[in-house]
Amino acid sequence: MFRFLLPLAMAVCLALPALAQTLPEVVEASRAQIEKPSRQTVGPVIDAIASTGDPAAAALLQAWADRKLGVRKADGVFFLLEKAPEGWALTGLDGAAAGTAPTSDITDLKPNAGVRELIGAVLVQFTLTDPDPAQRTRALDAIARSPAKAQLAPLRASIEDEADPGLKARKEHLATFLTLQFGDDSATRVVAIESLAGDTALDVRAALNPLLVTSRKVAVALPQGVNIAATLTPGKDIPREAAYDLLVGAGLAPARLTLADQKAALAAHLENGAVGGVPLAELASQQLRDAAYEALEKSGQVPAAATDAEVAAALEAHVFYDQYAEPDPAVTDAARRTLASIETRVGLMTAADLGLDALSLASIYFLAAIGLAITFGVMRVINMAHGEFIMMGAYTGYVVQQMIPNYTVSILVALPLAFAVTFAAGVAMERLVIRHLYKRPLETLLATFGISIALQQIAKNIFGTQARPLTAPAWLDGALSFNDIISISYIRVAIFLLALLFLGFFLWLMKRTRLGLEVRAVTQNPAMAASMGIDPDRINMLTFGIGSGIAGIAGVAIGLFAKVTSELGSDYIVQSFMTVVVGGVGNIWGALAGAAMIGGFQKVIEWLNPSNTLAAQTYMILFIILFIQFRPRGIIALKGRAAGD
Amino acid sequence: MTRTFLARNPSTLWFLLVLALFTLCVTVLAEGFGIGLIPTAFVKVLGKTLCLCLVALAMDLIWGYTGILSLGHMAFFALGGYMTGMWLMYARTEEIVVQALAGSPIPPTPEEVAQGVATQIFGVVGGSDLPVVWTFAHSAFLQLPLVLIVPGVLALVFGWLAFRARVNGVYLSILTQAMTLALTLYLFQNDSGLRGNNGLSGLQNLPGLADVPQSTLSILFFLASALLLAAGYLLLAWVTSGKFGSALRAIRDDEQRLRFLGYPVEGYKLFVFTLTAMVAAVAGAFYYPQAGIINPAELAPIASIYLAVWVAIGGRGRLYGAVIGAAFVSLLSSWFTGGMAPAIPLGFYTIKWVDWWTVLLGLAFVLVTLFAPRGIGGLFDRLPSPRRHGAQLGPDDGALREKEADA
Repeated sequence: MFRFLLPLAMAVCLALPALAQTLPEVVEASRAQIEKPSRQTVGPVIDAIASTGDPAAAALLQAWADRKLGVRKADGVFFLLEKAPEGWALTGLDGAAAGTAPTSDITDLKPNAGVRELIGAVLVQFTLTDPDPAQRTRALDAIARSPAKAQLAPLRASIEDEADPGLKARKEHLATFLTLQFGDDSATRVVAIESLAGDTALDVRAALNPLLVTSRKVAVALPQGVNIAATLTPGKDIPREAAYDLLVGAGLAPARLTLADQKAALAAHLENGAVGGVPLAELASQQLRDAAYEALEKSGQVPAAATDAEVAAALEAHVFYDQYAEPDPAVTDAARRTLASIETRVGLMTAADLGLDALSLASIYFLAAIGLAITFGVMRVINMAHGEFIMMGAYTGYVVQQMIPNYTVSILVALPLAFAVTFAAGVAMERLVIRHLYKRPLETLLATFGISIALQQIAKNIFGTQARPLTAPAWLDGALSFNDIISISYIRVAIFLLALLFLGFFLWLMKRTRLGLEVRAVTQNPAMAASMGIDPDRINMLTFGIGSGIAGIAGVAIGLFAKVTSELGSDYIVQSFMTVVVGGVGNIWGALAGAAMIGGFQKVIEWLNPSNTLAAQTYMILFIILFIQFRPRGIIALKGRAAGD
Repeated sequence: MTRTFLARNPSTLWFLLVLALFTLCVTVLAEGFGIGLIPTAFVKVLGKTLCLCLVALAMDLIWGYTGILSLGHMAFFALGGYMTGMWLMYARTEEIVVQALAGSPIPPTPEEVAQGVATQIFGVVGGSDLPVVWTFAHSAFLQLPLVLIVPGVLALVFGWLAFRARVNGVYLSILTQAMTLALTLYLFQNDSGLRGNNGLSGLQNLPGLADVPQSTLSILFFLASALLLAAGYLLLAWVTSGKFGSALRAIRDDEQRLRFLGYPVEGYKLFVFTLTAMVAAVAGAFYYPQAGIINPAELAPIASIYLAVWVAIGGRGRLYGAVIGAAFVSLLSSWFTGGMAPAIPLGFYTIKWVDWWTVLLGLAFVLVTLFAPRGIGGLFDRLPSPRRHGAQLGPDDGALREKEADA
């Protein structure tokens, strides 16, 4: 829609001042268009009406857009219409009341939606000074959507009297944008452009970029008086084929013979089972096809195709260049400088944003892995059903939310409940299965795999295959944004805090409690611990339960931003084990370092190749496999007795 | 020591006899050459099962005998499938393209045919050029050796890196699982050159055999799979017997001790890892033409876990156990998931086996691990044997074999 408007409006701006007219003149001149407007052609008329500067123009346009403009059938005079008991109450275009008339005397004009939208866009400039701030905001939105030269003057004029400081700033901002695009001379435009240096807002870049739009051109010699961005050397800045295509497109050289054309030409000159003396059966080879075509060329039956030498000569004889759409070199230079200064700042901020993203991903991995850091890191039990515990936690959150509609309360209930559910599941699993397999780690891995498969299928049977939502409370909606580039959603901030909390909890549990002391004793030497009066069975059961319980809480947190499905856990299980292995088994700081490294690397790879998160994961895993070559015991390796073996 | 190989391994002879009998029965009963009692679809299922038995054999060698729980052998299996699949798909598409181009007055050049094939195959992922990995796909003589070479080299490189860093036990399992996951994710990408998640399809059509009905093709493939399984069994039985086999079992039971005795443990492991990867790849190369389609989901880590489940249920540490496990579980699985098992109404809930089979399998697996580590194959130990002297020969009872037990 506005794509039509912009060029039209510009055309009118150039054309109309020559025929500067008053409102009645314009209306009279465009009578046909006003009575039967068409969306494609009415633009200039609307602009002409608006640019008369007549205060009545606004009223006219408003009435037209509201379908309250009519023509008296008798003499063809336009009136603004109001509903009245007798039919229509008439008002003249000059604002004077003109009595009433029955509806049958008046043809009321009914412009279609497209035309009304065009009128609305032009009406914007009149609403800039509207007393209602909401109306003014809408006018500014409309200008920002479809800037035009005609808006500049009214916009500037309205700045002075603007009472609202926020709107005033916005008006000034918009005025700068309009100036840099439509300013009268290059000096004012350059000043406007340079005033934006270092502003990283998205709309600033969106306003500057159109100034630097280029188009690729070819000519015999560089033309004078155009704004050239760069001259191009074929084969270096531009592929030779593309350069020659440009030449062909500009009509400066004959097209090259494509293989399809050659084939068609050969088929057209098929005579007695041979073309140009080459038998048909032998044409199944490109070399012989070329020979046949050359024979046809020699006999003049087909037009000569450009040979390689001719192509080279044609490329040599012409210059290729990129030309700015903007004719003023001072403006493009200023825009380029300003953009460059902005890009530098944007680069720095993107790096900061990437850092935040990496931190958030790392805290998710850490949260998923912290339960493993207990069951696998401390107890050395491989629990492949750990991912399913995460899933159970997430589903617990979902079920709680079905029962308690208040999201804040339900999350507060879900966290301890998820812990309780997975703690119980962990204890049951330890008692029933893992206890019997402490001496056989490979079998533990397999048995827990069996449990994992069964749990996943049970979840699928209960909750179905479709994803279930776990909605975050409203106060976690939105994002903490520092500017247009650096932002992080509150959910991720919350997960980061949760990860920190659990790090603290783990450290407190292991280093400051009786249970932690006993856990460390049992894992280092169960027989000695038992002889000191510690019950290894009880300790193992509790430790495994706590590790599983933390997985459940992680499940609630992960479910808040990922969809809850029965495969939720298996998406994280390999990464979680990698986190613990890369970090160093048996050390919480190692898990933290592993999570930071994996999260950071994955984000960097995703940034290098943003279209492909699958590739990022692939390279991440390859990197881990290589990393283990150099530090088989992880980033932070245990030493001495704590290392176990 | 003068007894022949078969006399020292009577189970091998029994296995080959049973397999031959089974093959004969199916051939007679099937549609292709026999009386048509078994439908073609089921012949394909049986043929595929034989291939699964072969890959289970490979798994048994690496896990049951050498003690390396690899969770990546189904990846090698699928890679083998991809390698034949590329040739089959190329050849099949080439036939179609040549047929389509035959209509034009000028005979097509080889380049035009190749371009047509590339557009045909890669149109679905928005490409029209043949990726580098397809360089050899036009020729069976160049492409089919890749069935062995690609998985072999991958296993060699991965195994060398892993064993060299002394990654073992559960760490190695997790690492192989990570490798499988990486490969899967890589193949899921559209620009991996293997058609992303569309995979390769139409593999059931053999080039040049368009006129042969599927009923005949399926029985031919079945016979080939049976032959392959017999050959694989003999090869692995030969590898696991003798001194080499003893060394493998020693690695399983106490790797450290064997290293101190001067054996190059890493070399043994690398050899077995690569050999089993290649056996798995060959099995895959025969499996997927019978399945007709292959896509990256076939590589998913869970497939390799199921492989371990088969071997565990069948009984690891004995070759026939792996075959029994793979055949039993995969046939039972297709019976349950095919909707053929009757549902059990409980009044308040009806157990549909399509939904609950996986649960049953998972729990059965846990029970087998806990209570019957020797699996179904362990039942054969209860048969009276003249030369056992009462010694148990399970996976957890040391490296004792019949020969050593006899001495």
